[in-house]
Amino acid sequence: MTTAQDPTITPVVIGSARGGPDVPTLRKDRWWLQPTITVTVLTIFIVYSTWAVFVNKDYYVGAALHRDLISPFYSPCLAASCVPGANHSSVIAHWWHITPALIVMGGPLGFRLTCYYYRRAYYRGFWQSPPNCAVADGHRAYTGESRFPLILQNIHRYFFFLGLVFNVILTIDAVVAFREPGQGGIGVSVGTLVLCVNAILLWLYSISCHAARHLCGGHVRKFSDKPVRHRLWRILTPLNARHMQFAWMSLIFVGFTDLYVRLVASGAITDPKLF
Amino acid sequence: MTDAMPAATPPQPSGSAEPSEPSGSAEPSGPPEPSEPAGLSEPSGPSEPAGLSGSAEDGDAEHTLEPAPEADDEGSVTLRVWRGDQTGGELVDYTLPAQSGEVVLDVVHRIQATVAPDLACRWNCKAGKCGSCSSEINGKPRLMCMTRVDELPEGPITVTPMRTFPIVRDLVTDVSFNYEVASRVPAFAPAPPGPEGYRMQQVDVARGQEFRKCIECFLCQNVCHVIRDHEENKQHYAGPRFFARYAELEMHPLDTNDRRELLRQREGLGLCNITKCCTEVCPEHIKITDNAIIPLKERVVDSSYDPVAWLGRKILRRRKRSPGEAAAARG
Repeated sequence: MTTAQDPTITPVVIGSARGGPDVPTLRKDRWWLQPTITVTVLTIFIVYSTWAVFVNKDYYVGAALHRDLISPFYSPCLAASCVPGANHSSVIAHWWHITPALIVMGGPLGFRLTCYYYRRAYYRGFWQSPPNCAVADGHRAYTGESRFPLILQNIHRYFFFLGLVFNVILTIDAVVAFREPGQGGIGVSVGTLVLCVNAILLWLYSISCHAARHLCGGHVRKFSDKPVRHRLWRILTPLNARHMQFAWMSLIFVGFTDLYVRLVASGAITDPKLF
Repeated sequence: MTDAMPAATPPQPSGSAEPSEPSGSAEPSGPPEPSEPAGLSEPSGPSEPAGLSGSAEDGDAEHTLEPAPEADDEGSVTLRVWRGDQTGGELVDYTLPAQSGEVVLDVVHRIQATVAPDLACRWNCKAGKCGSCSSEINGKPRLMCMTRVDELPEGPITVTPMRTFPIVRDLVTDVSFNYEVASRVPAFAPAPPGPEGYRMQQVDVARGQEFRKCIECFLCQNVCHVIRDHEENKQHYAGPRFFARYAELEMHPLDTNDRRELLRQREGLGLCNITKCCTEVCPEHIKITDNAIIPLKERVVDSSYDPVAWLGRKILRRRKRSPGEAAAARG
């Protein structure tokens, strides 16, 4: 080992003729459908969430309606400009004068942007690299994630930790949603259930993440020496296999939760109490 | 028949394609079918059997074998096969009577046995375990022996060689790139055995056993756009099959080597953008992306991109193994 030298790299011959016609693909199935759906759903979410972030109203249902529901886009609401009751913490950014959602959106956005599943989805859908398997890449040059800026995808695990913080906050929001301010009691409404399901889906999305699987036990070379980590790894592995489903479900439900809170806060609908 | 032969295909006897494979398993187009196939009657001339008509339309040649009266009435099957070599080629249509239960490789063999004895293809086990008959069927990388004709959509079935590797002839490609990459994977490097020899528990080796299922069909290498669409990356990219091999070694409980810097700097792990096509085409259903590539990427993050891990190494005075050291630690 001490006399190590650089490995000899066998030169690979390139430029030889390859078989098959020079067409982008010979696939006959609807290979374009998957990237089209991805682009459509993500575009709808991006447009809606951008509007929801900048509209800066109707994100909290408070005591006037005997509910305590806050949109996940605005939680935690840390700016001094937050509507009364929306800020459950003592942390207040007095210097922040634009929409409070911008303070907190970086965490969840970074988590999803660097997520291994979403990377696959948007590389295929938006970047066309490649649009689908055995379909020609839409770019002449390719360096993958080996250079700036895409090398920054490697900080995914830090966004994972940040995402856990948001999950805790949104779980608190879901618990607080059982309160009925102004009436002094607790109860369950549709809005309560919406916030609870949203929190559960976000937890499932987070703990099924590939970084979580690695950090909890995947990095261990000898499991028999680390039984607790092995057990954690075994719990997370089947969840990790469903990471894609959790990614879509949680994304769509976050948007739906915001929409529901917005409709209730604006008075467009009432939040029915179940019991 | 001669007027329908692709001009780019040099006339050669059956099974004469001979790529210089390290494995030496290439070429012969396989033995002819034991019995004369339905529809092939006595040849009317030295090279053209009766019932065989040839025509060229839109640049593609076409061969048709009329069904014999005794043939099963299941219609016909048309294979649009790439015929060519390093000098060029074209798609040629071969229409044969359909037979129930056939896989694409069966039809290719019938073409060899009847209308095109010089059609070159590589095959061996016909059971999806040798990885020889990799090709692209209707544009999708698949094993010919595991692709049933009746599960494909109606219409001509396009069969072309693997796109990523240089063509030798017809459906045979030169996959020696993979053997060159394999030769530079640092081998298993165990510590000296203890007094009881090497002892391992199943729980420690279970992860790596998934990767042992690999049959080296190289469909994952073929579909990987990093080298399929950007051939220049072959110089510094190992590809999914070998990332699985690296993962198997890195997860082995007795291995002592640290190949992370080698993977990052020399084997192009960062070039992979995890589009999961390798997983989609794997005939052994190995979760290459989830269980090999992403765990390797995370291990590389541990060694190179995680500031907390970096600080831990500094405090504990642990040093990463360089690519040269990792490569030199060969078994």
